Amino acid sequence: MAAISAKRTPSAAAPGASGGGVLPWLAMPALVAFVAFALIPLIGVLLLSFTSWDTLGEIKLTGFESWRSVLTDPGLPHALWVTFLIMLFSWAFQTPASLLIGVFLAGHQRYRELLAVLYFIPLLLSSAAIAITFKALLDPNFGLGAGLGLDFLSQDWLGEPGLAFGVVIFVVSWQYIPFHSLLYQGGVRQIPRSLYEAAELDGAGRIRMFFSITLPQLKYTIITSSTLMVVGSLTFFDLIFVLTEGGPGDATRALALDMYKRGFQANLMGAACVIGVILVLVGLALALLLRRLGGRDPQASQLEGA
Amino acid sequence: MTATHTSRAANRARAGAHGRRPAKSRQRPNWLGGLVSWLWLAVVIIPIYWIVITSLKTQANYYATNPFAPPPDPTLDNYRLVLEMDFPLYFLNSLLVAIGTVIPSVLFSFMAAYAIVRSGGASRFLRGVNSLFLMGLAIPLQATVIPIYLMIIKLHLYDSLTGLVLPSVAFAIPLSVLVLANFIRDVPKELFESMRLDGATEWKTLWGLAFPLTRPAVVTVSIYNALQVWNGFLLPLILTQSPDKRTLPLALAAFQGGPYGVNVPAVLASVVLTILPMLVLYTVGRRQLLSGLTAGFGK
Repeated sequence: MAAISAKRTPSAAAPGASGGGVLPWLAMPALVAFVAFALIPLIGVLLLSFTSWDTLGEIKLTGFESWRSVLTDPGLPHALWVTFLIMLFSWAFQTPASLLIGVFLAGHQRYRELLAVLYFIPLLLSSAAIAITFKALLDPNFGLGAGLGLDFLSQDWLGEPGLAFGVVIFVVSWQYIPFHSLLYQGGVRQIPRSLYEAAELDGAGRIRMFFSITLPQLKYTIITSSTLMVVGSLTFFDLIFVLTEGGPGDATRALALDMYKRGFQANLMGAACVIGVILVLVGLALALLLRRLGGRDPQASQLEGA
Repeated sequence: MTATHTSRAANRARAGAHGRRPAKSRQRPNWLGGLVSWLWLAVVIIPIYWIVITSLKTQANYYATNPFAPPPDPTLDNYRLVLEMDFPLYFLNSLLVAIGTVIPSVLFSFMAAYAIVRSGGASRFLRGVNSLFLMGLAIPLQATVIPIYLMIIKLHLYDSLTGLVLPSVAFAIPLSVLVLANFIRDVPKELFESMRLDGATEWKTLWGLAFPLTRPAVVTVSIYNALQVWNGFLLPLILTQSPDKRTLPLALAAFQGGPYGVNVPAVLASVVLTILPMLVLYTVGRRQLLSGLTAGFGK
């Protein structure tokens, strides 16, 4: 690896160097847009967490007051716990399912191509549309259960805390398993066939091959997919907002929703920014942790190869 | 394995995935994978089927018939009802925001990706820019909506479509740069070299060589960003207020909670209308979208 990048870097750099100072300028528009509406707000969320602002009046510097009020509020550990549970259960359900489906879809039979086409459909729908659909389907009086006359389906799905939580996990999986399956499909197709041929000559069975070739070869796909799932689950907002509004009670009030409710419903922007900072920190920590687990920095190697 | 190696392999896989049929060896079929795949396909398709047939039912039929039975007398009345309301306006709003976001974000990202790849790590500034965008991928940018809300108010852009476009462009950049850079890296170095020997400027090489050669990636990134913006909910929710500035997802949520909320067939008809444009985009760019996302993420 070192040898190749060492050989590559200067030869790739040479033409760029001759371009002189032009190349940095090309990156400017993207940089300016990103700094203005992503980096500055990122710093802003930290600064605003030391103020209080009710969206109408002035922004007043209040030091650690917002932090103190949020950190002593039992709502915070609850929101963190709900977020953690959503993250854990949606990961634990989606990963094995997506892996199995991805491996299956990677076969080159024609009908599997068709399957992949159909699998993509949920990705075209907005979370709002999906939430509305499932809300109607799960309505205890007029939904699926009532229409089919099946009692076990006509429960008060969104009215019982445990059930509502389960519904959120299910709907999240409905929305995202297709995407992750397609990631795994792509990953599996990049595994050299020779590995399987060699294993077959050695008399390895399908299950054996899955565990000793497919799974290790998919390591980076698993890390990418898990990172997207885990970091993404921090920001499930639309779905929960439309489906349960955090309810019943606050059974599904995850961090992102908690931030919105504190900020835009209770008009406590300082407190909402504290939640925002916590979201950013948790997101960064998770991304770093998953990268560490991978034992390699997939993004750094892209930098080297650049 | 280096990035070069993987991206070449990805390239090969892209080129060969559909043409090459490796000799299938005698193997027991993958029963478990098949079972789970078909089962989950049913889970995915049944609600979609239900949306479509229910949107064609009258409200009376919706309550009276089996939810999975096709409508005895299919009607487009729900679609007419939805179209006679403000749906076309919301549709136009979503379209404007999507176009206004996709074009600048893809062009800016392409230029940045080109610069990052071509400098080959030689420029400290561009290495920093790249790291910044990579960091943007790891951070849940939605956490920054409150400062964005404040900024948009201060810029007097609250409750305007421009106010929606600006942060959407910024949010789209990190992933777009990553995916586009992965593809530009696959353009053979010799082509850049011969452009240079012909005396072409970087600007000309960018649009005359790199852009046409990576068109599949540009299509992928454009569709992906269009989807994100089209389906976005949080930014329109906090940055707009008047009903006539609503985008589709927001309108759907308001519709469902509003006076027509009990008219489930009409709500579902609007859901169908909402995804039609994305279905068209997807049909046009499906192959590129799949391979592009795989190559962009799968490293």
